[in-house]
Amino acid sequence: MDNQRKEWLLNAGVIIALFAVPLWALAVGEPFIITLATRIAILAIAAVGLNIALGLGGMVSFGHALYLGVGGYVAGIAAHHAFAGTTVMGLPGTNQMLPIWVIAMLLSGLVAGVVGALSLRTSGIFFIMITLAFAQMGFFFTLSWPAYGGEDGLPIFVRNQFPGLNTARPWDMFLLAYGVLVAALLVFAMLRAARFGAALMAIRQNPDRTAAVGISPFGIKLVAFVLSGMITGLAGAMMADLTRFVSPAMMAWTMSGELIVIIILGGVGRLFGPVVGAALLVGFEVFFGGLTEHWKLWLGLVLLAVVLFARGGLIGLIAGRERHG
Amino acid sequence: MADTILELKGLRKNFGALKATDDVSLTLKRGEIHALIGPNGAGKTTLMALVSGKLPPDAGQVLLEGRELTALSVARRAQAGLGRSFQVSSLVSEYSALRNVMLALQSRQGHSYRFLRPVMMDQALREGAREMLARVGLGARASVEAAVLSHGERRLLEIAVALALQPRCFLLDEPMAGLGSEGTKALVTFLQELKSEAPILLIEHDMDAVFRLADRISVLVYGRIIATGTAPEIRANPQVRAVYLGEETPA
Amino acid sequence: MSLALVLEQLLNGVQFGLMLFLMSAGLTLVFGVMGLINLAHGSLYMIGAFLCAALAAATGNFWLGLMAGIAGAAAAGALIEILVIRRLYARDHLDQVLATFALILILSEGVRMIFGPFPLYLNVPDMLRGSVDLGITRYSLYRLALIGFGVAVALGLWLLIAKTRLGIQIRAGESDREMIAALGVNIRWLYTVVFALGAALAGMAGALVGAIQSVQVGMGEPVLILAFVVIVIGGIGSIKGAMVGALLVGVIDTMGRFLLPRIAGLFLDTSQAMGVGAALASMLIYLLMALVLIFRPQGLFPAHG
Repeated sequence: MDNQRKEWLLNAGVIIALFAVPLWALAVGEPFIITLATRIAILAIAAVGLNIALGLGGMVSFGHALYLGVGGYVAGIAAHHAFAGTTVMGLPGTNQMLPIWVIAMLLSGLVAGVVGALSLRTSGIFFIMITLAFAQMGFFFTLSWPAYGGEDGLPIFVRNQFPGLNTARPWDMFLLAYGVLVAALLVFAMLRAARFGAALMAIRQNPDRTAAVGISPFGIKLVAFVLSGMITGLAGAMMADLTRFVSPAMMAWTMSGELIVIIILGGVGRLFGPVVGAALLVGFEVFFGGLTEHWKLWLGLVLLAVVLFARGGLIGLIAGRERHG
Repeated sequence: MADTILELKGLRKNFGALKATDDVSLTLKRGEIHALIGPNGAGKTTLMALVSGKLPPDAGQVLLEGRELTALSVARRAQAGLGRSFQVSSLVSEYSALRNVMLALQSRQGHSYRFLRPVMMDQALREGAREMLARVGLGARASVEAAVLSHGERRLLEIAVALALQPRCFLLDEPMAGLGSEGTKALVTFLQELKSEAPILLIEHDMDAVFRLADRISVLVYGRIIATGTAPEIRANPQVRAVYLGEETPA
Repeated sequence: MSLALVLEQLLNGVQFGLMLFLMSAGLTLVFGVMGLINLAHGSLYMIGAFLCAALAAATGNFWLGLMAGIAGAAAAGALIEILVIRRLYARDHLDQVLATFALILILSEGVRMIFGPFPLYLNVPDMLRGSVDLGITRYSLYRLALIGFGVAVALGLWLLIAKTRLGIQIRAGESDREMIAALGVNIRWLYTVVFALGAALAGMAGALVGAIQSVQVGMGEPVLILAFVVIVIGGIGSIKGAMVGALLVGVIDTMGRFLLPRIAGLFLDTSQAMGVGAALASMLIYLLMALVLIFRPQGLFPAHG
């Protein structure tokens, strides 16, 4: 069986399992597992976003928690004002997910545009440090801004609404996350196959060559970075609704690190890398977290082993190196 | 002068005290191959970087068909019609030969901000790229990854990528390097045909090939052009002989 | 707002900046010589603080603790370099980021396993308790000592790099890596020494700051990220840039937190002003970094041309 077939089978297996396991949990009445699957799906969406910048464009952003947080705070602030019946900058709050998602994506796209325009003036190690620093700025800003809870965070008392679903039920919330994940994967696959993806992946491999055929790397990378931030921002809004809570911790540097770890565990640039990686990370946390309170030590050791010895992540181990045709 | 395609006017570039490019002016005319030769360290690489836009000049201009390119980026200059090949093969290594050429075609045809249609299903793009590969004799190697191609094949792919840009002029940086005598012979024939499509500014170490191919030759020494002329003129030029053969310059 | 208060804050800023310099100098050396981004540098800061606090508590002697913190961090640095970091020099930045992120997880959790989940407290040494009269204001003797200490270490580092054989090798390594190998310098040994030197500086900073803050797991990373800001502002690989950047960040951050709420107070009522001022102050140094990126993307003192 060739590698491409193996990858497709693996992908199909993963996306079916991610649906079948919570469905089984619904049948036997295990809401905890449904919520776990929802968390995997939402983390995977966030990582799909990062995978555009990191996997396709080779931009090692160590600050994607910033967009997760921006999305999260949009959901939290909208719900806060809707609940209190107050306005924010003249606009009323809302408890509807759809407008919240739109605003979350627009705002995180805007923030990513500013951060990207500044940090893409540099490259390599500078880019990593700058994206990390700007995310830290967001972290400290939310920490010291008292209007929306500051350090204590902002609770979402009633989960926001989605037409046709009862979002308070775990299964409905899962369906929503699953649907958005599938849509995000489609967007990723489409981008990657289109002219834009061809240019972006070429820039990752050889920016000088790509410029010499007339494609300006800066513009392509910036657009990719903005799209990447938007998808991660959407995941942030959903994450806030899942946990019904948003706090500065969502923007912490460890969160940015976890998103990168997810992509590495799954496989950098692979379509399903984020899904496989999110499942591995959450599974690891639940399993080892139950055995020892020091599970992060073991996560660190596994991660170190993956980086030093298994560069392609799990998908790379199973399906070999990626081919671009 | 409608016949002048590319014109360099008084280009200068200093690195500290080193004058890497010192008041270089030259023209590339329709239908000609203009070769640039010079000993190692003469500043050929720097000059190429100034023309392609990789480095900004301290002074001087680069004009393409009378249009000023000096302030444009590498990508903009390529769009304007500079088709460049690299001295050391510089391709998108994980892409197949076909995709490398398709990337150039995609840029030539318009912008890269298209997000929907799969590029590999774009028949026009594929066919166009196949044609370019066939022209350089790589038709059978279209689906091979650039990283896997042989050294000679990568040199040819460089040319195919430059061809795909349908440039107003070619900048070829040592295209013969490491090709072997058979490959060089084939490429010489190919370039002789190519120059009628668009003139070629050729940087080349292989003196045999240069003297056979070039309509005009400029000799670069310490960042300055010391002579420009036809092959026989350059052969006879005492200053050039002094540089290359170590002969004494008549005082 | 009195002059005395301003002077006190200014000194606090300088003291903070000098401690940041100790962190940044190691980071920038490791990047300059080995081309490596080391996220685990903050863990070495933490190790220095924990060892100092533990030994000072056991022996009652701060100075023994400080020495243990410096030596322990240097030893941990050398060990990490030999076991892990060495394999990363030829890798891309993504691998370096991930492997050193993994090291943070391992070291943080390891410290938690050994010292427990609660913060440790480290007392200021007896001889540096209290305050001194500076004429306009009284100022903490310990913080003043930190300033003196920071200046002395910076001078020592400068002497080391400018005047010693090791310094010559470090400078050669920064400008041309193949060259020093050709000159017969033992590169492996040089890299381990440079990494351990950076670790010792980080451990020293952690131990010294540990006496004015609580010593806890996770204390290193916020300082690490500030050190990144310092390096972006100062220019990567440059010790001089690290010094200027660290002082700028230290002073601007401290003065911003002190002044902005007061300035906001001129326009807003007090409780609102405190919030707005504090939020703006928390962003100040990042805005400074953004300005530097706009006008001098290579930093104020780029080391490499």
